[in-house]
Amino acid sequence: MSNSTEWPLWEVFVRSRRGLSHTHAGSLHAPDAEMALRNARDLYTRRSEGVSIWVVPSTSITASSPDEKDPFFEPSADKPYRHPTFYEIPEGVKHL
Amino acid sequence: MTAVTADAYEAAFDAAVAADERIEPRDWMPEAYRATLVRQMAQHAHSEIIGMQPEANWITRAPSLRRKAILMAKVQDEAGHGLYLYSAAETLGTSRDELLDKLHTGRQKYSSIFNYPTLTWADVGAIGWLVDGAAITNQVPLCRCSYGPYARAMVRICKEESFHQRQGYELLLTLSRGTPEQHAMAQDAVDRWWWPSLMMFGPPDDASAHSAQSMAWKIKRHSNDELRQRFVDICVPQAESLGLTLPDPDLRWNEERGHHDFGAIDWAEFQAVLKGNGPCNEQRIDQRRRAHEEGAWVRDAAAAYAEKHQAAQHTESVEATA
Repeated sequence: MSNSTEWPLWEVFVRSRRGLSHTHAGSLHAPDAEMALRNARDLYTRRSEGVSIWVVPSTSITASSPDEKDPFFEPSADKPYRHPTFYEIPEGVKHL
Repeated sequence: MTAVTADAYEAAFDAAVAADERIEPRDWMPEAYRATLVRQMAQHAHSEIIGMQPEANWITRAPSLRRKAILMAKVQDEAGHGLYLYSAAETLGTSRDELLDKLHTGRQKYSSIFNYPTLTWADVGAIGWLVDGAAITNQVPLCRCSYGPYARAMVRICKEESFHQRQGYELLLTLSRGTPEQHAMAQDAVDRWWWPSLMMFGPPDDASAHSAQSMAWKIKRHSNDELRQRFVDICVPQAESLGLTLPDPDLRWNEERGHHDFGAIDWAEFQAVLKGNGPCNEQRIDQRRRAHEEGAWVRDAAAAYAEKHQAAQHTESVEATA
């Protein structure tokens, strides 16, 4: 049974402290979710870097394609009026 | 892919590198860039886990509980660094099994420095100060490497390495200020590790096979000789503070250059160790293979447990919906 298939890959997300989002820390191999969590603790939080960990099977992630980057994100590029700096406000007007 | 789109992809890649942007796993990249990264990252990952051996050799004989806890934490960090780098390398489409197999069959290399033996306790200090010090000098610029996952792994590694270097320096300082025997032991370790540490930066620039292309791709940011000089300049005053000498009669400050001159490196020794004729090459690889083989049942058992558990969960959910 050795040299058979390797353990699946998991993506690890760590919340560094309360009030912050989980952010991607890296990935690791583990046979199941429980072991993935334990391995993630040993690998990515050896110096109190986290208060909470998520592990997600890498195969569960659907990503946008880098090839379509431009057309995919195009719709937001031509809408400068979504930013506050688009608007001209007379000098001296406060709290706006 | 037509010739036109291939050119467009290459132009986009070149532009990203020129603009100091990072290349990410799913971006198009030249095959040679990918192959260079796999080779370098694999060698780096292998070095981290082979590097556990010379130091682990002293865990059971550490002179105090404090030193033992420190050494265990350090060796565990090396394992962690290997894992960060393996997973970063896997983003390039190579598998973990393939990487380990290539290490075990000698088709990928690890740093030659780990083919030297750790003869005394002072070697643990010399490795921390000099070997990790040289590694840090090499690795800090890698935090700005053009390949995103490699750069991110290096940021994490560099943060942790500085503890490695400081514990080694402190260890040597303690020995250096101890009994005459302890002082002599510290000096002997530095005498043996100094030259191999300088070799860690790789061959001189004019003889380095991959340097120019890696610099152009911004995988590498500084040349081997430049980093080696930086390391020597850093070490000289540190050695003075330790009360130890560096084993090089030609080592002296060059006012004109603003750097230390140092003696010629024995590149024949470097090549011999690289080719497998160092003092510990066989021992290191045998130990690695044995650890891998002896751990096979643990990996198998964990996989079998996961499979069984998953099957049971599946049955439960079927029953729940029935």
